[in-house]
Amino acid sequence: MNALALRHAAGVLAARRIWGLMYRHLALYRRSWPRVLELLYWPVLQMTVWGFVTAYLAGLQNDVASVAAGVLLGGVLLWEVAVRSQMGFAISFLEEIWSRNLGHVFVSPLRPMELVAALVAMGAIRMFAGVIPAVILAFALYGFGLWTIGPVLVPFFAALMMMGWAVALGVTALILRHGAGAEPLAWSVLFGLTPFAAVFYPVAVLPGWLQPVALAIPAAHVFEGMRAALLDGAVAWGHLGAAFGLNVVWLAAMGWLFLRQFESARVRGALLNIGE
Amino acid sequence: MSDTPALLVEGLTKRYGPDGPPAVDGLDFVMPRGATWGLLGGNGAGKTTTIGMLLGLLVPSAGRIVALGHDMATDRFAALARMNFSSPYVALPHRLSVAENLRVYAHLYGLRGAERRIAELAAQLQLTDLLDRPAGELSAGQKTRVALAKALVNRPELLLLDEPTASLDPDTGDWVRGWLERYRAETGCAILLASHNMGEVERLCDHVLMLKQGRVVDRGSPAELLARYGRDDLEEVFLDIARDRQRVEMVP
Repeated sequence: MNALALRHAAGVLAARRIWGLMYRHLALYRRSWPRVLELLYWPVLQMTVWGFVTAYLAGLQNDVASVAAGVLLGGVLLWEVAVRSQMGFAISFLEEIWSRNLGHVFVSPLRPMELVAALVAMGAIRMFAGVIPAVILAFALYGFGLWTIGPVLVPFFAALMMMGWAVALGVTALILRHGAGAEPLAWSVLFGLTPFAAVFYPVAVLPGWLQPVALAIPAAHVFEGMRAALLDGAVAWGHLGAAFGLNVVWLAAMGWLFLRQFESARVRGALLNIGE
Repeated sequence: MSDTPALLVEGLTKRYGPDGPPAVDGLDFVMPRGATWGLLGGNGAGKTTTIGMLLGLLVPSAGRIVALGHDMATDRFAALARMNFSSPYVALPHRLSVAENLRVYAHLYGLRGAERRIAELAAQLQLTDLLDRPAGELSAGQKTRVALAKALVNRPELLLLDEPTASLDPDTGDWVRGWLERYRAETGCAILLASHNMGEVERLCDHVLMLKQGRVVDRGSPAELLARYGRDDLEEVFLDIARDRQRVEMVP
């Protein structure tokens, strides 16, 4: 067999292993309606609350189609892209811990990066399952179509998903390091970043010393870009480039941290009793 | 069958922390293909640590493991694709059906023809009627059979079993032991078994490693060990070793 055929065969096997782990989670959702409900619940609830807030503010301004309303609702919906991507990844990993199944997964030929690929895919599926209904409902209830941002919405989604995965890699690394004690981070860590991510206000609103912190967060550039698209109809290429550039750095750093903690867990014996 | 042994273990040592005592201390053995070996020892003797290292879950502090010709330090995934493992202490996802669980592991081991293999295993292990049942709703005996099916899904050449009949009633335990005997005879799969059931070890194993404080303190076939300690069953031998009672040839 030549090198190309060998590489192809290895790729097929890797894809099969990644699908195996994805299948495990998809089968779980098929058998557990509360899990499916949980996917939809928060994005829809967030959108509903903020929808009423924006409708109220728009009413005060006597401007039902207020652009400000769109900026707020757009912020809510896009932030959910990052939050659900991060939680989808991290909770899928936690499901393996809760079911005491990691011992079997880690003694299979599944490589750590294939595990990450499966968790990324599950993060994406969970995000779309939660955010798409919220986007449709925002249009149905409040007349706000996220797609009015234009085609640049696609790279915005991509950049926010990448940031979610980067944070989730960091959270998973901490779970590998600290076990069950680090579990709450899977739910809370991105909420802690919200004030600095400039979701609802421009970075310029933040104190000067805090602005460099905000500008190191990929999401802040996405939301600056979103405001440019909604308010000016312009594509902020600089912010878009910065978001993707920062994501590459974040993903590389968190990927390195994850692999380091995975190897450290193998040295410490943490994989034998993780979650206890 | 390949000439390489199922397991080659040289100077295997594990310390948890730089100053801690060794949990496993200089283990050496060569386990041939097709053999069934027992790993015996009291709680804390180093069995779980040893199995963890053999499976690549733990990095040894020193020493070398070559499984099926693959060095576990540099080529562990190639070895893991040809090995498998079962333990009552590692669960399968409870909400998934038996068939779904087996499908997951068929994919994780990169198997082609997964459905055919699952049907084959289900028939062999009397699981056909249970395939659509959630794994969490099965009895202990049924769970053990499902765990065995999972462990055999990739037709392993080396099988590591951690207390395969723990918590089973005598009838089910006997069924599992009989099944493992037939499986080894038919496939030539090497089996390394950690167990506290001495009758099981006597029945299944050609060779036994007795571990104490991380070291192999004695080894041999069950018959050799019985003769060496002048005992009628391995349980007495186990107690002799655990309580530092001397071997027959050493008694004046």
